[in-house]
Amino acid sequence: MAISSKPIVWGPFAAGGTITAFVTPVLVLLTLLAALGVVPDALTYDGVRAFLGHWLGKALMFGVIALSLWSSAHRLRITCYDLGVRKDVFVATVVYIAAVAGAVATLIVLARI
Amino acid sequence: MSERQVELEVLRYNPETDSEPRFQRYSVSCREEWVVLDALNHVKETVDPTLSYRWSCHMAVCGSCGMMINGEPKLACKSFLRDHPGVIRVEPLAHFPIERDLVTVIDDFMAKLARVKPYLIPKQAKSVEEGEYLQTPAELKRYKQYTLCINCMLCYAACPEYGLIPKFIGPAAISMAHRYNQDSRDGGRAARQEEIAAGEGVWDCSFTGACSEVCPEHVDPASALQQVKIKSTVDWYKEHLMPWLKK
Amino acid sequence: MSRKPYLREVPKFRWFFRHPRYLRYMAREVTCIFIGAYTVLVLVGIMRVAEGPAAYAAFLQALQTPASIAFHVLVLGFSAYHSITWFNLTPRALPIQIGERFVPDGVIAGAHYAAWLVLTLAVLILAGAF
Repeated sequence: MAISSKPIVWGPFAAGGTITAFVTPVLVLLTLLAALGVVPDALTYDGVRAFLGHWLGKALMFGVIALSLWSSAHRLRITCYDLGVRKDVFVATVVYIAAVAGAVATLIVLARI
Repeated sequence: MSERQVELEVLRYNPETDSEPRFQRYSVSCREEWVVLDALNHVKETVDPTLSYRWSCHMAVCGSCGMMINGEPKLACKSFLRDHPGVIRVEPLAHFPIERDLVTVIDDFMAKLARVKPYLIPKQAKSVEEGEYLQTPAELKRYKQYTLCINCMLCYAACPEYGLIPKFIGPAAISMAHRYNQDSRDGGRAARQEEIAAGEGVWDCSFTGACSEVCPEHVDPASALQQVKIKSTVDWYKEHLMPWLKK
Repeated sequence: MSRKPYLREVPKFRWFFRHPRYLRYMAREVTCIFIGAYTVLVLVGIMRVAEGPAAYAAFLQALQTPASIAFHVLVLGFSAYHSITWFNLTPRALPIQIGERFVPDGVIAGAHYAAWLVLTLAVLILAGAF
């Protein structure tokens, strides 16, 4: 049997799973503070612009968003199968396209900041 | 020695007369220190000689007496009655077709095991005169835990993905492939990858981890499968993004 | 004697109620829904920043609704569960052998927890949350 090309989708999933494990909780803490009315310096308008104004900030933000979306999409695909949705090719197409669309949107919006 | 009246609820299926399996209740007097296999033997000897099940060693080595005990895949010879108060429900291993009573059809697993070439394929074949294939203790340690697999198939009964995707090669066979791939004397990895890194191979695993939780020999198949995924991913990216590395 | 093997069907949906370990697994897998949804929220926030101060102020205002706070609490729980399960499984995906011994799982997972804690505190401090 031929070697599978699953590593194309699994590689970014594993990378994204690791990234989200490390950074999603602290990002949530920051926006939760903002949600509670205590906006941290970095989440003020000027704070965000300053962070994303630097190419390194843009690169970090793009990496986190793109990989988080991809790993979520891949896991959602597996979850759909586990929940009895057997149209795997359809599900895979939809979730991966959504993740790539999100990544492209991130690139475009970051270029405008 | 204390006796206990044990209620066994055993799934029965006779292919010659039954259209589907049904539970049969046996009430037998057992010694408290017995295992479920002892109770089944007692039923067969004193109550119902038609009850069919596999067993051989009675010491968790042969891997024959795997069955669902109160819904959990277990070796009947390793499941003490004292750990199972109340009615004990005994069923054949999940996910396998039932041949008769507690006997399952294991052809699928046997074929998959053969497919992964679970034997040493030497890098360079040596004649007997040239001596042994030597290995350091550290090289042995690298794969030793996977040699403890007794092919009892409890991991297949626990693995939800095998239940959902019957073509999946599954935990024990892929772990066994990994065992040989990790062996310093072996050179057969490329041939095994054709099976375990292919369509029905390791990618159907979603790391539920159930295989490792039920393994009676404390092998960690889930760990082997994740390592296979990572190595196969590295292989793939090396081959497709860095083609100049190709030999 | 004729053979007539009987195959018991695996339920398509209900299988994960068979044992708590499958429920724990499904809980781990559905974390992706919350992490994915939260990532979209972050993306929307950045879009609002690109649109200017007024749009971003409205975004911050919308964050303060009870629904948003509830969403954040949920995401915090699920994403932390993802982190914990991920770090606990890491030693098994990436075992480290030194000589004849494997580094204990607890050491590898522990190193990840320590890095996680340091990173979290560093981000909170750098972001001016304290």
